[in-house]
Amino acid sequence: MTAARKATGYLVLTAFALMFLYPFVLSLASTFKSRAEVVAHPVLPWPLDPSSRAWENILVHSDFPLWTINSILVTVAATLLRLFLDSLAGYSLARLRWRGRGLVFTFVLGVLAVPPIVLTIPRFLVLKEMGLLNSYAGLVLPLAVDAVGIFIMKQFFESLPPELEEAARIDGANIFQTFWRIVLPLARPGLITLTILSFQGTWNEFLLPLIVVRGDPDLWTLPFGLSTLGRGGAGGQSFDYPVMLAGSMLTIIPLAIVFVVLQRFFVRGIAAGAVKG
Amino acid sequence: MALFRKRSRIHGHQSLAGWLFVLPALAGLGVFLLAPILMAFWVSFREWSALAPLDTSTPIGVKNYHDLLIRSGIVQTDFARSLRNNLYYVLGVVPAQTALAFFLAVVVNSKLLKGKAFFRTAFYFPSVTSSIAVAFIFVFLFSPSGVVNVLLSALLPGVVETVWLNEADGLIHLALGWVGVDSAPGWMGGKVMGLSLWDWLSGPSVAMSTVMILAIWTTTGTFMLMFLAGLQNIPEELDEAALIDGATGRQRFFKVTLPLMRPTLFLVLTLGIIGTWQVFDQIYAMTAGGPQKTTLTPSYLIYREGFENSAMGRAAAIAFILFVVILLFTGLQRLALRRNG
Repeated sequence: MTAARKATGYLVLTAFALMFLYPFVLSLASTFKSRAEVVAHPVLPWPLDPSSRAWENILVHSDFPLWTINSILVTVAATLLRLFLDSLAGYSLARLRWRGRGLVFTFVLGVLAVPPIVLTIPRFLVLKEMGLLNSYAGLVLPLAVDAVGIFIMKQFFESLPPELEEAARIDGANIFQTFWRIVLPLARPGLITLTILSFQGTWNEFLLPLIVVRGDPDLWTLPFGLSTLGRGGAGGQSFDYPVMLAGSMLTIIPLAIVFVVLQRFFVRGIAAGAVKG
Repeated sequence: MALFRKRSRIHGHQSLAGWLFVLPALAGLGVFLLAPILMAFWVSFREWSALAPLDTSTPIGVKNYHDLLIRSGIVQTDFARSLRNNLYYVLGVVPAQTALAFFLAVVVNSKLLKGKAFFRTAFYFPSVTSSIAVAFIFVFLFSPSGVVNVLLSALLPGVVETVWLNEADGLIHLALGWVGVDSAPGWMGGKVMGLSLWDWLSGPSVAMSTVMILAIWTTTGTFMLMFLAGLQNIPEELDEAALIDGATGRQRFFKVTLPLMRPTLFLVLTLGIIGTWQVFDQIYAMTAGGPQKTTLTPSYLIYREGFENSAMGRAAAIAFILFVVILLFTGLQRLALRRNG
């Protein structure tokens, strides 16, 4: 009885694992196939006649290396800013006593409720008025603070024991020193969660580059550059799939590495989100 | 006295520091969230092409909203189409991703099975990847000579191969066609927002269904993790107590586990509704609103009107109507769950 249930359980899990992973394996294999082979053997998860044409196309004869550098710059800059600003604000909301704190926190919660797509036009308007269209600043600054991050850091700081901070204050450290030297090192798990959420969000961000740097290919990021390879093409008969998929893999692989290395923190980030609700 | 003074000084420091600490974040949220929203609300009552400076725009009252909701014409019909398409998308994706995520969470959480970490990782992996990259992978999988068509024709020989992303027929229309109803019965000629009832009841097109499969595939993992966190929060004693009281496995699931999962279920449904009403990246990359406008969504319309048709005012108005629609749907869902509880 239990043996049968166990077998069914594994069968279900394996079937779904296949369903979730096979498309990636097949796509990776197809980047080493020729265009003809992709059509002739669409199911085979390895190339019969390996070819490096697609990768040469992407890595040597296209702007993908430049877009990769842009993606790295934007992701690192936005993540560092977000870590610093979110934890400063989160600490203030969690620990410091000041007039207006409740109001500011309500504002942060309100911001959480605004769906990002609603911000498409508004962000374009403000960035245009500020002269930030087609600039790195325009790609980074709107992502430099986020309400979710403030919320996560506030929750995290509230879970820390206050005694250490009080000791530091009595020893004469000022508020910023206490925050920087005592509290932040203790907040490492929270900071790692936030780093991952921010890294993932910024690396995959598509809407912002679309509206901010559309006109300047030198500033394109990976997802946006990738999107120009083949868009809404009537069922996709004429696409160069090995090249499209090589671009897709180049966009996925860096994040996949981060994911595999730090996956327990990814899981914690989602759990934090679940507890939040 | 001295003590009192000292305390109030520390308090004063905290007040200043408190504000200084939140100020940068607040400025960021203010400049890139609050100000934009207010500005866009103002623009939604104006006509502006985005090519000329903002102060050359002209005030036109509620015309943008009127064009979208009331006045007959292509603007209204397109908006109606986008609402219809997205409505089917929400009704298809949200229940499917919630049910599948819950099912997988229960299986992964089962005490009998090993290798949990691997399966959890495998199921969650699609959720962390770039929307555009995954959209391209799906265009490839569902291409005319792609793996989906090959597998389908192997399983069901003789079935005509479909060009998935180029197929505009609605699923409900197709089903009706099989039972012999090919065109609108007379009473379905009436129009709502410029679309006939027959068109409203088309169901999602085959192309849209492909995007829906993609959405279910990429989001299930995240929601599974949330359910998993919820399941692991259920105290084991409760389950054991029910077991001692003689409850069967099924009874324990429906009377103990399920009621305790309500908060997580509520969260997953809310996030699902909010997310599905905003589908954009996949539409942009896979279909650009086609075929025959059957994958047009309000989010995609915002982009098309604002950036391709240079009608910023109208695009802003769509954004605010969409915001109201999302609030309405999450509110309805809250009511429905409360009534059932």
